[in-house]
Amino acid sequence: MKILVCITHVPDTTSKINFIESNTKFDPSGVQFIIGPYDDYALARAIELKEAHAGTTVTVLNVGPADTEPTIRKALAIGADDAIRVNAEPADSFFVATQIAEEAKAGNYTLILMGRESIDFNGGVVHGLVGEMLGIPSVSPVMKLELSGTVAKLTREIEGGKEEVEVSLPLVAGCQEPIAEWKIPNMRGIMSARTKPLKVVEPKTADSGVKLHKFELPPPKGAVKMIPADNVAELVNLLKNEAKVI
Amino acid sequence: MPTLVFVESAEGKIKKTSLEAVAYAHALGASVTAIALGAVDTAELESLGKYGAQKVLHVADSKFNQGVIQAYASVLTQALADEKADILVLADSSLGTPVAARVAARTGSSLASNVVSLPDTSAGFVVKRSIYTGKAFANVALNNAKKVISLKKNAAEAKEVGSTASVTPYTVSVPDTDFAVKILSSEKATGEVLLPEANIVVSGGRGMKGPEHWGMLEDLAKVLHAATGCSKPVSDMGWRPHHEHVGQTGVKVAPQLYVAVGISGAIQHLAGVNSSKYIVVINKDAEAPFFKAADYGIVGDAFEVIPKLTEALKAAK
Repeated sequence: MKILVCITHVPDTTSKINFIESNTKFDPSGVQFIIGPYDDYALARAIELKEAHAGTTVTVLNVGPADTEPTIRKALAIGADDAIRVNAEPADSFFVATQIAEEAKAGNYTLILMGRESIDFNGGVVHGLVGEMLGIPSVSPVMKLELSGTVAKLTREIEGGKEEVEVSLPLVAGCQEPIAEWKIPNMRGIMSARTKPLKVVEPKTADSGVKLHKFELPPPKGAVKMIPADNVAELVNLLKNEAKVI
Repeated sequence: MPTLVFVESAEGKIKKTSLEAVAYAHALGASVTAIALGAVDTAELESLGKYGAQKVLHVADSKFNQGVIQAYASVLTQALADEKADILVLADSSLGTPVAARVAARTGSSLASNVVSLPDTSAGFVVKRSIYTGKAFANVALNNAKKVISLKKNAAEAKEVGSTASVTPYTVSVPDTDFAVKILSSEKATGEVLLPEANIVVSGGRGMKGPEHWGMLEDLAKVLHAATGCSKPVSDMGWRPHHEHVGQTGVKVAPQLYVAVGISGAIQHLAGVNSSKYIVVINKDAEAPFFKAADYGIVGDAFEVIPKLTEALKAAK
């Protein structure tokens, strides 16, 4: 079986977000980039499946410029066999999905895993777009994925609960915890990642008419009002008469 | 040209976020056709008129009682064509967002999810999206005539603007392949306020010291008609189910009031709550970083403060 894991290269969850060039560009200075946390779950599950099912290979795909390669190498160090980088800025979800669908088709992947959403643009739509472009099912957010032969059994989170679903491959799945535990690369993985194949391909054109105008930051939060622990009545009063939320 | 709105229901009732989607579509100015699938009470569907829908299409076929993403996408694509609608509006959810994606790919629409405000149409059609998990916004133009807009909670206020809508039965034949994903079973908390929909959320963290102490948070939630949530460590330790985990990798909430008890306020937790209107933090550690993100704070022992607060709220009713 061939598994394709799509990863994003995103600011670490603790990053402070700033913009430059009149709020039209993300400011990467001082920011550490990581594999998207949800994508990391997808990758970890793919490696587990590879270990459990002989003859399975895992390819990592990223749509991004050359500076995403350290992030791709990390995914290789975690255990992916090879990687593809589509050499382009991940402009919008339709553009990214088009590149993924193109590579998925060309490489005949039967299981396409990714995070439920990226933590930079939070679209949560790429798995659905890819599924539609390939004409195959998409399931998200997936908390559990088991394979028996070509049938996948998945647990999907829904509002206030979960759903057990079954579907035959090929399949696109948007993953989240607790599908697998994040894996930390070991020294052997890091060494071998340096020589694993990383293919760079040029993007296909794709335009769905979505154009970024500008970024903005939320207004700063006012100071906290502290209330003594022995005066909860004051908190009730503030919630009722000042915030007017109860 | 009407705007089509996909509405979701839970336990036979239209979800509040779907009412917001109807209100959003109404505010776009054109007439509004809503569409619902599966078992929903007709009176509920008629009541969509109050929020601005003129017409409601109802696909009553029981095949659609469960939310099958591809089948729903086929129905909505057909309805857009039949209604000659260019714009589809819906609310972000575990069903709505993936359905939006598939409809957009099928119809060649400009797609935006996580949208927080009405469009600025002074020059084109520009919507504001929440990005970086609530830490920033992006203003994006949707330039294609066809658009799919998926809304974050509170993108529009569900105001009463009309009376009742006419409900029309609607049938679409969808291919069997759309039902390739078989839903074997589902588990859903019933009768409780759903976390992503809640106006008030009461959350507990490690400071609650164990699942056996959740009763006092549930009591507090009950007086406030709130949903209960928790921090990641709490769900990781199995004290509470995963669907209650609020944070970067869990549920992102946007209530009017978020009450955090015994949660230190790691940045990953804040990412899930930063769209809350007001935040109350109760923690015995005065240095807890959560206080910096709070509107109101109490430094104190949760086991003493919470029962007192619950009593005070009861007394204030």
